[in-house]
Amino acid sequence: MATPRYTLTELMAVVAAREIADGEVVFAGTGLPMLGVMLAQRIHAPRCIIIFEAGTVASRLAHLPMSVGDPRVMRGAATAAGLMEVFTFVLQAGRVDVGFLSGAQVDRFGNINSTSIGSDPRRPSVRFSGSGGACDIACLARRTIIIAKHEKRRFPEKVDYVTSPGWLAGGTSRTESGLIRGGPSSVVTTMGVMRFRPENKEAYLASFHPGLTPQAVAEATGFPWAVTGATETPPPADEELRILREDVDPERIFLR
Amino acid sequence: MAGKLMDLKAAAALVPDGATISIGGFTTQRHPMAFIYELIRLGRRDLYLFGHSPGGDWDILIGAGCVKRVELAYEADEAFNTVGPRWRRAVERSEIEWEDYSNFSMVARFTAGAMGIPFMPVRSLLGSDLIRQETLTPEQRFADPRTSPRKLHVMDSPFNPLDRVVLVPAIHTEFAVLHVQKATDQGTVRIEGQTFADVQQAMCADVVIVTAEEIVEDDVLRAEPERNPIPSLAVNHVCRVPYGAHPYAVFNYYDYDPLQLKEYHESAKDDAAYRRYLDRYVVGVKDQVGYLEAIGGSARLESLKAKPPFGYRPDLKRRV
Repeated sequence: MATPRYTLTELMAVVAAREIADGEVVFAGTGLPMLGVMLAQRIHAPRCIIIFEAGTVASRLAHLPMSVGDPRVMRGAATAAGLMEVFTFVLQAGRVDVGFLSGAQVDRFGNINSTSIGSDPRRPSVRFSGSGGACDIACLARRTIIIAKHEKRRFPEKVDYVTSPGWLAGGTSRTESGLIRGGPSSVVTTMGVMRFRPENKEAYLASFHPGLTPQAVAEATGFPWAVTGATETPPPADEELRILREDVDPERIFLR
Repeated sequence: MAGKLMDLKAAAALVPDGATISIGGFTTQRHPMAFIYELIRLGRRDLYLFGHSPGGDWDILIGAGCVKRVELAYEADEAFNTVGPRWRRAVERSEIEWEDYSNFSMVARFTAGAMGIPFMPVRSLLGSDLIRQETLTPEQRFADPRTSPRKLHVMDSPFNPLDRVVLVPAIHTEFAVLHVQKATDQGTVRIEGQTFADVQQAMCADVVIVTAEEIVEDDVLRAEPERNPIPSLAVNHVCRVPYGAHPYAVFNYYDYDPLQLKEYHESAKDDAAYRRYLDRYVVGVKDQVGYLEAIGGSARLESLKAKPPFGYRPDLKRRV
């Protein structure tokens, strides 16, 4: 078999980049979201602004950070302050267009668990890092994009712990909770892209990655959802791959 | 020693068993690691930590059995290791008491304490299990008066009943320990780069201990007071500790140490290997000088030195 032209990580980074519009303010966490924003800045969104919760605004990254507290986020930054300035003046005040999130479990309404596995969080079978800024981004960014590994156990009907609220129980439940804005616009997975119907927040499959079928994606998901009508994810262009490999992540920090 | 200068070991000895502490830095930068190692050498027990996104500073303290209770948002070294190995085990084995918040709500709590007000309203957390679930029991909360009697309170604004906020309780700690780039014998402090929540953590603590890469003349920092974010009146003790955050980074001084981080993360996944790591690098060496020798001495440290104009090491091999 011929060597594939791109890897799954590369495909997901390209798909994530395409979700960002030019001029948007993007709150990015470590890993694939950083690849996506840096790629978007170099292709179609040169004016998009990257925010790191540890305190920097509008970095011009020269090297991929391995944490949001990495000294690399200081490179070319317009402002460096602390968490409180970013969380209040930038995020809570409504200045963040897009926030990236990920977690161990994602449910049918885009609620995310990055806390623990098990029904009682006091006695978890597996404990993770915890929210960090994820809950805050999920609550207060104008929209969120979720990055997730697509496996049945990671896409349950309900997550064990809602670390980061998505559309909660669907319908108007998010607004009723008191949240003033936001909600997930898409879930970029290892198998495709999930989106949510505006009227009831039900999930549907928007696209499936090349080589897969909608049925295969449905079978790897722990809840029933609409997969018919999905189209194939457009594969990465050569130029996108070149920039990703040569310019965004030549050290292969996150690219696999 | 002059003014507020103090030896690192003497400063660490100020912290008694059971003390409440917040530790400066964020995941992979500016943790006062040399101070942490001293606490472990002293065999401190029952410490009560407050933090937002600690990394290996908390993880190694938890693993060494120094910690009883924590309130936090996150415990990991981000892309180096997505969950603190000793933290994870301590929770799964019920060896630690903890309460989960988010970064914003924890920093809001430090800010409330720093401002001298009882709580801070935030628009975050609504709809999440951080509101619905509590890991500390009411009995655990009431057993220690330093723990807020309630985790949080959801409230509709008295000015507009349709406007809902979450009130999170102020934090006060007995100690805050920070690691910074420069400080003076008068307690003037210079933080270069992101400040994280170091300022609020200092201002809500009874005793503030600052470890610094360099001690400089007070006049030098006073020449640019707008770059000194913590009032010197709040700083009690200053220790000179070069490479005091290793294996974590200090902007403009040195990068994180991927080799050491990897050795820690791999060791900390296993009880016996973690004990060996502690023996080799912490309890088996006398002090910070011994630690720096154990991790490879000047050759290793030279390889991590920051390069201008980056403030980090652009050629550092990070996937090791």
